[in-house]
Amino acid sequence: MKTYDVIIIGGGPAGLTAAIYSARYQLKTLVLSKDMGGIAATAHKICNYPSYTDISGMQLMLKFIAQVEDLKVPINYEEVLEISRKKHEFLVKSVKAEYKAKKIIFTGGAVRQKLNVPGEKEFLGKGVSYCATCDATFFKDKTVAVVGGSDAALTAALLLSEYAKRVYIIYRKDKFFRAEPTWIELVEKNKKIKIIFNDEITEIKGDNFVTEITLKSNKAQKVQGVFIEIGSTPKLTLIDDLNVRKTDRGYILTDDHQKTNVEGLLAAGDITNKPLKQIVTAAAQGATAAYTAYEEIKHDD
Amino acid sequence: MAVVHLNQKNFTDEILTDQGLTIVDFWASWCGPCQLMGPVFEELSEEYKGKIKFAKLSTEEEPALASQFKIQGIPSLVVLKGGKEINRIVGFAPRPVLKQKIDSVLENI
Repeated sequence: MKTYDVIIIGGGPAGLTAAIYSARYQLKTLVLSKDMGGIAATAHKICNYPSYTDISGMQLMLKFIAQVEDLKVPINYEEVLEISRKKHEFLVKSVKAEYKAKKIIFTGGAVRQKLNVPGEKEFLGKGVSYCATCDATFFKDKTVAVVGGSDAALTAALLLSEYAKRVYIIYRKDKFFRAEPTWIELVEKNKKIKIIFNDEITEIKGDNFVTEITLKSNKAQKVQGVFIEIGSTPKLTLIDDLNVRKTDRGYILTDDHQKTNVEGLLAAGDITNKPLKQIVTAAAQGATAAYTAYEEIKHDD
Repeated sequence: MAVVHLNQKNFTDEILTDQGLTIVDFWASWCGPCQLMGPVFEELSEEYKGKIKFAKLSTEEEPALASQFKIQGIPSLVVLKGGKEINRIVGFAPRPVLKQKIDSVLENI
């Protein structure tokens, strides 16, 4: 079985930055990830990552990956099934192999939240989408709804407005307070976008494809597409058996060094209890986690 | 070449007149989940050689063919027999899930 100093679980901004730092601290490092670039890779436009004024999530993540590969850190695209702690090390079981590590940097990220309304599952790929970047072009001259009020929702609406003839943003609050004012301004100025506050989708209807949504206010709206951008929830199943301390909402509690309550287990990125969930903050946490792993390994040896 | 790249020119020969099983991966360069599934799809094409034909269709370069299949979300994998759709897998699926789905299609033929 291969043994590493550090195994990083997750291939988003936090995990990839941890890999860069870990490699430069000359720790024997492995990245295990089931997706490339995490949720960040699905972002259509990123304008707040320093030194890039305008880049797609996929492009930016490919640059992160190239830097990790340059440093000769292996990235194995395989799903991790189990992490367990054996004395002073961890055993990691993936779909392909088993590995040992002194430290784990867990950057499991988050999964997209579902609306949980009738029709959502049935019409996936038939009008319902969780990736505007992937699917916007299929809605040329159609009417679509975007659900949510975050940066992700507003940028999705802006992208969709380049193709669709009409874009409704449906948001359950009475104003946008989570999104950047820059995006809010662009959305408000856009003639194709209409904002509906204080309302929610209760049902997605159609025959073979989506034709209509029903709102909580009892209004019905004819649409051919529904883009769901209502945030994400932490992906925790892998560490269920490790008794990691979490917040009520399921985010991992970490200290300033990215340590969890479990010795040797560090966490970074969207899965942690940090207020700002951005690429730049995830990257910073990943760097800190790698530094902590380096300090701890130096001390242990 | 294990995976056939479909376009307007070869579509009739490769898909419509082929009596066997074909699985078509609808994708685009701007789609992160598609990029991720691409290498897995290539690998599986070797594994299932002789049993099922693997093909890719870029929705970016061939929008008319994509709309013929009423594709509204990618990645989408469409399984065809004798040119007729018999199954569809929408959204990213990890390798074990993909294999399981392909195996179940093969069993039910």
